[in-house]
Amino acid sequence: MLEIKNLHVKLEEEDKQILKGVDLTVEAGKVHAIMGPNGSGKSTLSYVLSGRDGYEVTDGSATLLGEDLLDMEVEERAAAGLFLAFQYPVEIPGVGNMTFLRTAVNAQRKARGQEEMSSAEFLKVIRARAKDLKIDAEMLKRPVNVGFSGGEKKRNEILQMAMLEPKMCILDETDSGLDVDAMKLVADGVNALRDEGRGFLVITHYQRLLDHIKPDVVHIMANGRIIKTGGPELALEVEQNGYADILEEVA
Amino acid sequence: MALPQAKQDATEARIAALSLPEGGWAEPARREALARLRAMGLPNARDEYWKFTRPDTLVSAEAPAARVLETDETPLFDSRDRLKLVFVDGVFSAEESDDPSLEGVTIDRLAEAKDIHWAKDLYGVLEARGQDPVARPLAALNTAFATDGLLIHVTGKPSKPISLIYRHVSDTSDAILHHVIKVDAGAEATILENGPAAARFNKCMEVDLAEGGRLHHIRAQGRDHERRAATHVFARLEKESVFKSFTLSVNGAMTRNEVVVEFTGDDAVAHVAGACMGDGDFHHDDTVFVTHDAVNCESRQVFKKVLRNGATGVFQGKILVKPDAQKTDGYQISQSLLLDEDSQFLAKPELEIYADDVACSHGSTSGAIDEDGLFYLRARGVPRGTAEDLLTIAFIAEAVQEVEDESLQEDLVERVAGWLARRRG
Repeated sequence: MLEIKNLHVKLEEEDKQILKGVDLTVEAGKVHAIMGPNGSGKSTLSYVLSGRDGYEVTDGSATLLGEDLLDMEVEERAAAGLFLAFQYPVEIPGVGNMTFLRTAVNAQRKARGQEEMSSAEFLKVIRARAKDLKIDAEMLKRPVNVGFSGGEKKRNEILQMAMLEPKMCILDETDSGLDVDAMKLVADGVNALRDEGRGFLVITHYQRLLDHIKPDVVHIMANGRIIKTGGPELALEVEQNGYADILEEVA
Repeated sequence: MALPQAKQDATEARIAALSLPEGGWAEPARREALARLRAMGLPNARDEYWKFTRPDTLVSAEAPAARVLETDETPLFDSRDRLKLVFVDGVFSAEESDDPSLEGVTIDRLAEAKDIHWAKDLYGVLEARGQDPVARPLAALNTAFATDGLLIHVTGKPSKPISLIYRHVSDTSDAILHHVIKVDAGAEATILENGPAAARFNKCMEVDLAEGGRLHHIRAQGRDHERRAATHVFARLEKESVFKSFTLSVNGAMTRNEVVVEFTGDDAVAHVAGACMGDGDFHHDDTVFVTHDAVNCESRQVFKKVLRNGATGVFQGKILVKPDAQKTDGYQISQSLLLDEDSQFLAKPELEIYADDVACSHGSTSGAIDEDGLFYLRARGVPRGTAEDLLTIAFIAEAVQEVEDESLQEDLVERVAGWLARRRG
């Protein structure tokens, strides 16, 4: 599904190398988690994959279903099936949540040569998905993320994921700013989307999200590289002992 | 004080090119206005109030030509049930207009002014009041020389909007129109205005609102690229009256819209808003002056400008709160969205407050499209062009929302979307 090879990335504006050779393969149907201390390059990885400005790939590759991601425009990556759930979802005053989602769904369909969704069909689907995530009609009408609480913003991300039905989902610290109940709700939303044809990359600081979204593989990232890969037990180890032991062990 | 010779010469040259309509009830007011104009002189580049906008082409003896835009776009408000009153290059066309009889309003033509008319008490009166503390010579010129216009007396609640349509036919037309609108106590009406009007258009509208009267004013200035316009709205608000004015300007080489609001009665509300979209040879100036001279009145100014390819936007807005105007609530915001680095926005927001128990605020911003918002939309699969348009419409929508009627809001937003779509080819 997602194949990253020897990925080197530096900041565009300054001579600072952030990713120093990341190798990672996420298979369809699997949930991979990336954990790591602050500044290890986790969020950079998600931004580079989704095509945010400000980064320069100096070496390596990233492909989605065999297609070169790094060569595509941001919107082309989305249409190809990549989805990033933002750590900090952006507020867009003046653009209604519903208008935004319908524009996005239909733009992706159009890019893929599919027929656009009718208003009636779209309404039906979004109502059902929103209900599962306890998102009320009022929230759908409001401008995108404006005045949403932290939890509402994250639920809105998952709603977008559910509507866009991507092939590869990257969740960037989706647990940040969530209380236990909100986390459960978000995790349930993600779990409902787990599917044989879909891959997940869950980026998180803490093990607690992984109690709810059970990973198949856990990677530890530090200093721009993946330094250790294991099963779910690796997350528990981090929870108990912190990153220090692992960092030492690898060094 | 005598005017500088150059200013006096330019003023006399303009006056010489016009003829003051004689006879009827309006003539004394016209002569007074002419005297005012001579005392003030027409503006030139040295005038502080014209610091950001060159008045040359608005005051020259001859109007610069402006080609008539050929378009197959359906005119704004076309599908709406309304009372249509049509002007062609500034001349009222009875043939193209509806029968003006409508319950709750009486409408007469200024050009047909006989010896006596209710408008005698207002014509040029509000304009003259608006000359202090800042001179507005083009409005005095208008009062003196207007060749046509409507006298609209709102006595009840007309069932449909009164729609003034300004058709531009001749490349060299130079039109001067003056409307007077009197809204009786408790009466309410909606005035729509649309169309480019003429190659050069000088328009003045005096609005007098009696106690509890309400007037909604929505205009769209027509998108002929080379047209020029200098317009004035003078509104006087009595107790508990409401005046809401919104202007959409899409294209036009030169536009100066002045709105002068005076609160003379307590608990009144005035909202003045505007949105403009300019591409290339475009200069748009919104100049607003609100005087609070009564207690507990609310004024609101909301202006948004989208500029590209070297277009220029200007905002000069002032709130003056007189010593007895306690509990004044004044708000003013002007914002521009610069779609490239060639465009510019010049703003001069001013507050002058002499009362102590007031809440007044103002703000002005100017910036590019929000990159974070753009990335977010694109990351969801929305193509860059569509995402930029969505964000631009969202920006403009905040001004359009000042219009109360939601179906009118939709019409206006559709125009903005059309403007953007044409630029995407």
